[in-house]
Amino acid sequence: MAFLDNLINGISLGSIYAVIALGYTLVYGIAKMLNFAHGDVIMVGGYVIFTAMTSMKLNAYLSVLIAVAACTVLGITIEKVAYKPLRQATSLAVLITAIGMSYFLQNMALLIFGEKPVTFTSVISIPKISLFDGQIVIKSEAIASIIVSILIVVGLSLFVNKTRSGRAMLAVSEDKDAAQLMGINVNRTISLTFAIGSGLAAIAGALLCSTYPVLSNTTGAMPGIKAFVAAVFGGIGSIPGAMIGGLLIGVIEILGRAYISPQLADAIVFAVLIVVLMVKPTGILGKKVNEKV
Amino acid sequence: MAMLEIKDLQVYYGMIQALKGISFEVNEGEVIALIGANGAGKTTTLHTLTGILPAKTGSIKFNGTELTKTPAHKIVKMGIAHVPEGRRIFQQLTVLDNLKLGAFTRKDKEGIAADMKKIYERFPRLEERKTQIAGTLSGGEQQMLAMGRALMSKPKIIVMDEPSMGLSPIFVSEIFDIIEAIRKDGMTVLLVEQNAKKALAIADRAYVLETGRITLSGKASDLINDEKVKKAYLGE
Repeated sequence: MAFLDNLINGISLGSIYAVIALGYTLVYGIAKMLNFAHGDVIMVGGYVIFTAMTSMKLNAYLSVLIAVAACTVLGITIEKVAYKPLRQATSLAVLITAIGMSYFLQNMALLIFGEKPVTFTSVISIPKISLFDGQIVIKSEAIASIIVSILIVVGLSLFVNKTRSGRAMLAVSEDKDAAQLMGINVNRTISLTFAIGSGLAAIAGALLCSTYPVLSNTTGAMPGIKAFVAAVFGGIGSIPGAMIGGLLIGVIEILGRAYISPQLADAIVFAVLIVVLMVKPTGILGKKVNEKV
Repeated sequence: MAMLEIKDLQVYYGMIQALKGISFEVNEGEVIALIGANGAGKTTTLHTLTGILPAKTGSIKFNGTELTKTPAHKIVKMGIAHVPEGRRIFQQLTVLDNLKLGAFTRKDKEGIAADMKKIYERFPRLEERKTQIAGTLSGGEQQMLAMGRALMSKPKIIVMDEPSMGLSPIFVSEIFDIIEAIRKDGMTVLLVEQNAKKALAIADRAYVLETGRITLSGKASDLINDEKVKKAYLGE
């Protein structure tokens, strides 16, 4: 029973990682850059919800909606201000800028909200599920995380594969110049990608802070890095890969914490990444890049 | 007025000047060949024309509209389709998705469906393979897909960059037959080719590019008999 309990917690945490990993994977797939500030957008989303709920006394769902809108705007702004001028620069310059943006967001939050962590009130109000005469209780946050992440993956897959904008994203991800020759506005497509990724980060922030209700300026950092691991693990650039990678990392982390060592849980996650990259460098669902002339 | 009028076009790659002031024109219904050796500036010319590369100075007028400041994605909509060197089809998408992307700027669903049908008639192989991932097509089929994709934008002029490159002799002939068929339908074509013999055989007029300058121009039937052209480009 304890194992089942851990497994459910792992899947729940993994679902949140999956939602974050989708942001990494979309941006990497289309803009070919690692947006290391992505995790911190989660933290911003958390603080927006917290402020809306406590200071403005708004309803939880409305607060999440505001956070999604705020993070979408933030994502587009980050891209325009920090990354777009570097479109022709080396990937190392972009990477360093992204790390700088990550610290900028963390320190802005520190300046505005202070160093003392705040207690986050869960935004989830659905009932929990009790199984086997109450031996296993699935918390409402876990149910919400799992359902929301599935909806997002399905919705995003449909969007990318079935809509005109989605097809434009696929085209840009494969060949920017050729996409332009089709009449696709590459800059707008990249903006759209950042908008979607950052909006998802706000939702991930709501789920993460509801599950682990302590919020500080570094709240997004570690989950962000683990979700990045999940994206690489599943095959960066792949939407189903982000889901699978997220779930696996969540389960490995929780089971590692329960059965191997609480202190080593994070190390195990990264060890798994190293092993996967040695065996299959493109990740589980990563596409082989074939360069045919 | 010429459909396409290029005047004193200069283009740089960083510090290196790739085009040193070229001028040429393309009239409606013409097939124009741009021939020259590797590095002469043929691809640069096409890339500047369709907005992938910025021009330093000079002008490109398409039906009287200046293009040098227009972004690439808007130029397609104005009616210039570009079949890029190396085909550049979307390898991970299906043949059908590639063709749909070709019609990205269009909103007329019925027109798109009708053009799709026409393209399948012209390239039956593409219809057979429409659900196949484009990267699995042979080189010749990929070239056909690149041409079909360009035609899907319903262009007024189609510019082609080395369509016969890397293809087997059978496919090379087939590609030139297709160009011939497209021009019979009234399409204007600007063709960049290393296969000068085939290009001059099909073109109305031609320009010879040498290290960023146009050194010769005239009727293709005259150039094909020109001693200099024969020696430098036709291997005779």
